[in-house]
Amino acid sequence: MPTVLDFERPFVELENKIVELTSFSRERELDLSDEIENLSRRANELKRSIFEHLTPAQKVQLARHPDRPGTEDYVRMLFQDFVELHGDRSYGDDPAVLGGIGRFDGQAVTVVGHLKGRDTMTNLSRNFGMAHPEGLRKALRLMLQAEKFGRPVISLIDTPGAHCGIGAEERGQSQAIAQNLLRMSALRVPIIVVVIGEGGSGGALALGVGDRILMQEHSIFSVISPEGCASILWKDASRAREAAEALKLTAQDLLSLGIIDEVVPEPLGGAHRDPETAGNLLREALARQLAALKDLPPGELVQRRYAKLREMGRLEG
Amino acid sequence: MVLDLFKKPKYVTVHRDEKKEIPEGLWVKCPQCGEILYNKDIAKNLKVCRKCEYHFRLSAAERLSFTLDDGSFVEDDANLVADNPLDFPGYPEKLTEARQTTGLSEAMVSGEGSILGCRIVICVMDPRFIMASMGAAVGEKFVRAVEKAVERRLPLVVFVASGGARMQEGMVALVQMAKTAAAVKLLDDAGLLYVSVLTDPTTGGVSASFAMLGDIILAEPGALIGFTGPRVIEQTIRQKLPDGFQRAEFLQQHGMIDLVVPRSRMRETLARILMLHGCESENVSNS
Repeated sequence: MPTVLDFERPFVELENKIVELTSFSRERELDLSDEIENLSRRANELKRSIFEHLTPAQKVQLARHPDRPGTEDYVRMLFQDFVELHGDRSYGDDPAVLGGIGRFDGQAVTVVGHLKGRDTMTNLSRNFGMAHPEGLRKALRLMLQAEKFGRPVISLIDTPGAHCGIGAEERGQSQAIAQNLLRMSALRVPIIVVVIGEGGSGGALALGVGDRILMQEHSIFSVISPEGCASILWKDASRAREAAEALKLTAQDLLSLGIIDEVVPEPLGGAHRDPETAGNLLREALARQLAALKDLPPGELVQRRYAKLREMGRLEG
Repeated sequence: MVLDLFKKPKYVTVHRDEKKEIPEGLWVKCPQCGEILYNKDIAKNLKVCRKCEYHFRLSAAERLSFTLDDGSFVEDDANLVADNPLDFPGYPEKLTEARQTTGLSEAMVSGEGSILGCRIVICVMDPRFIMASMGAAVGEKFVRAVEKAVERRLPLVVFVASGGARMQEGMVALVQMAKTAAAVKLLDDAGLLYVSVLTDPTTGGVSASFAMLGDIILAEPGALIGFTGPRVIEQTIRQKLPDGFQRAEFLQQHGMIDLVVPRSRMRETLARILMLHGCESENVSNS
């Protein structure tokens, strides 16, 4: 059973009715095409009007939608000859982070990304996409490898945050994040970052420094989860809707704040309703951004990346 | 040192359940051993408890005066303040309150000074200011300090204390992590020394950016250092955390920091490190 969010329900019900009517008309050999067409038009209008007025809290729900395509789906759709590469060479392999090499439009690239699960089993084995230090270090290892072989890096972000726990602290979660930030800022090959779902705080940012930061239309990127923010600020996790609003965590807000470079459109109804179209739209954006960075000499690439970071929240006085 | 003064410590007995009124500013209770300490006493002892060595948190002004040569500090960017980039409700009031209670404009104070004659660029953070969280102003101050160090070819010493990224500045705060970490690379490229000193508490986005990127990372005894705070971890994993978890000594044991240095030896330790990196100080003691 696909998960249906409360605000999706009105048009999902209509769509279900359309399916029923279609099969009914086929069984009885009745011509209901006018009614069906009418209903589909209404369903689409309804969907459009709902999606034009999504609240930040609804965007959070969409970004976390269990059926939303994740890193492994986009790897399958967008990269050919993909070879997964494991391990950080120091401690272990983190199943919450995927890394490997493949071809994008014929060109060899390195891909890293957070891996959420599809169901309870895979979510448990992948720790809900929450990386341990070894996962972040695996990603860094593969990015440095990309630098050696002069291939671009594509980083897909989809995590509630870095894992919090005893082992993660013992093995230096902070150190791992900090190292990634520093090394990624200076990597001598293009890095394109795409937030494809949830961009949760430091664990997301640890794979999130690049020449271009893209966000899919219904993804979010935030310093803290709205629930966490509400419980710290107002001692009341149920005020998460308000917090989602205040945190300006939607792709659209972050574009206007100058934090990200591009919002990648999703099919009407969200990526989970039509993963293939979502993949095609993402492919188009990646191809365009890669082409724009292709001819920059490494020194200039790094200089421009730093200059962009330097401007983030620059203050006068 | 007038050791006689402390030969006969006076003890005051208080009963646990009795909410005893302690006049503000005269006496202070050690949060670790419960000892009631005379404020003037601990101030003379660099704000360290004489009984259990607990290191009290310091204001930016105290830190500077305990660390730098007298009168050597010249502040930079004193008036640098963030606005409210997200129009976050209640944030301007919070800033105003923090400014009033601390007398500071932001959670980080930066400038130039000397330690036993060694010139340095220094940043200190003040946990009384919204738990020294990092927003655009802290990020900007840090990066300007780096730029100054590069320009003047001076070492950078940063005393870190922070609860993390400042929630009220949202993603603008989060990207300060990337901005400050990227700036550390400028010091690497210039071959300049960066010493970070982690004090209580160093957590969240600050610990996961410039704090952990020092060429040499020192820490004060007992300082809480980690990515996620212990309360959140405890709630998440629903088990009691081991004793000493995320304390400076624990981090040293796990290879995450170079050395735990008691406050009484901090100045001297920093001076030695600075000298070993080419600072020509005229008056480093041999003690």
